Parts: sequence; C-alpha cells; structure tokens
Amino acid sequence: MSHRQLSDEEAREKAQELRSYCWGFGLAAVLTLIPFGLAAFTQIAAATLYWIIGVCGVIQIGVHFRFFLHITLARNKREDLQLILFTVLILAIMVGGTLWILFNLYYRMMPSMIL
Amino acid sequence: MSSTPIRHPGLNLGHAHAEAHEASESLVFGFWVFMMSDLIIFGLLFATYVTMLGGTAGGTGPGELFELKSAFIETSLLLVSSFTFGMASLALKYRTDRKVLVGWLVVTLLLGLAFLGHEFHDFHKMFSEGGVPSRSGFLSAFFALVPLHGLHVTGASIWLIALLGQIAVHGLDTQTKTGLMRLAILWHFLDVVWIGIFSLVYLGGTA
Repeated sequence: MSHRQLSDEEAREKAQELRSYCWGFGLAAVLTLIPFGLAAFTQIAAATLYWIIGVCGVIQIGVHFRFFLHITLARNKREDLQLILFTVLILAIMVGGTLWILFNLYYRMMPSMIL
Repeated sequence: MSSTPIRHPGLNLGHAHAEAHEASESLVFGFWVFMMSDLIIFGLLFATYVTMLGGTAGGTGPGELFELKSAFIETSLLLVSSFTFGMASLALKYRTDRKVLVGWLVVTLLLGLAFLGHEFHDFHKMFSEGGVPSRSGFLSAFFALVPLHGLHVTGASIWLIALLGQIAVHGLDTQTKTGLMRLAILWHFLDVVWIGIFSLVYLGGTA
C-alpha cells in the first residue's frame, strides 16, 4: 500500500499543504520573473529598477517564509516568530550601523567609494 | 484550521508519526536558532559587499563580470529544488512507502548539484577574466558572500546524500524523519538567502 489510509481531516490538511506549496512556487516564480524580465528586456531608469528589484525581493522572501517555511502570524508557537523577529532586529542594528558608519566615512574621506 | 497539533514552526508531521513529532519539537527549534545565527553572518556579508561596491581598485566591476542569464538559470534551479523538497516533505508526512519520497529527494539533489556546477562554471569564468578575490575589495567581498552560500549548498547536498543512505540502511525511523525535517528548513533557508544574492549582487550589479 503506497498511501497511508488518510482520515478526511488528514486528506483536507494534505490538500491544503499541497496548495500552499503550489501557491508559494507560483508567486515566487512571478516575483523572480518580474525583476529579471525588466532588467533584461527593458530600458527603464536605474533608480526605478532598483526599487522594483528591492520590493520584489522583499515580497519574495515573505512568500518563501510563509509558504515554504510555514512561518505565519498564528497565535500558536509565538516564540519561533519572536526568534525570527529578534534576529531581524539584530540584523537591522548591525547592518544599518555598518552602512551608516562606513558611508559617512566615505562621504567625508573617500568620496570615490560612493558610486 | 488543521488537526495536527503545532509543535514547532514549519510542516508538522502529526499523529501518524507520533515519536518523530514529539522529538522534532526541540530539534527543530534548535535548528531554527542555528539558522538565524547563520542569517546574521549572511546579513553582515551583504552589508560588507554593499560597502565595498565602489572598491574595484581600477579592476573589473559587477557590470563586466556578472551574467544575467546564468544568474537566472541558477535562480530557477534553486527555486524548483525548493519546491521539490516541499513535495518530499509532503511524501514523508502522508505516504508510508519510500519510493515517492526518495524520488523527490533525488530530484532535489540533482537540482542542487546542477546549481553548484553552474556556479562553479561562473566562478571559473570570472577567474579567467581576472576576477580573483585578491584583485580588489569588491571582489574579496563578493567571494566572501556568494561562495559561502555555495558552500552551504554543498554541505546541504552532502547531508542529503547521507540521509538517503540512512533511509536505505535504517528505513524511515525517527532519526531519519527529524533529519529530513531539519534539512528541509536549511534547504528553504538557502533559497531565501539566494533571493538576496540574485537581487542585490546580480540584478543590482547588472542593472
């Protein structure tokens, strides 16, 4: 027997999880194709393109967390969400601080480093 | 919404795998802690890369060294492999035989190896054009960030091969099941890091 005998509830859960992976894959594919397509085939202004790449990237990261890693804002198991949010806080402080300090330094001492 | 009691983030194995379901609570949480510390390493390497963008020291810059087409192929391979690993997780949860599970895992492994082959080919091409890590600060930062991700994918592939061996020898016991669940998190996580790499490094560099 290849399939375990699934109860109705399990079958529903399975269908729901399968749908979740398919949605995640579809959304991620679209969010990948938009920036690659624009970068490869159009001549829009660089600043606009950077914004589109950034926004698509951030949304796609959200999609991956939601549909592939199954991280949601649900009430159960909040400590895992808190772990991720705390990591984001640490990252924001360290990455933001690095960029702030170094680009300030470049601005004052090495203007050639700023593109 | 679902009947499976949620013990940890991600796909929960549920009643039919009671022992593995219990065991995975602390294992998966611990693995998430490791994953998040890894995320901080990658985040800071991203920051280093951005601060080094202007430091090409007269050598080749991102525009000349990166190829959009090759980055797109790598992105596609990794995204599809993330999906196939998802299918493997579902096969683990809902099927009793190993055939479908092993099938999806082998497809995932092949996609991962194809990604690595492609990336290796890219680096080789960069080297032949003078894009070596010691050339400039920009290239040092690039070779600290992108190959580190490649090393992670290599490690994950080796782990996947080891798990396939475990499945062959021990069958689907609790250790194999929890191992697969942790590898799934690593695999999806590496795809998330790759989103940052292709957006910031490849698209940002060639746009």
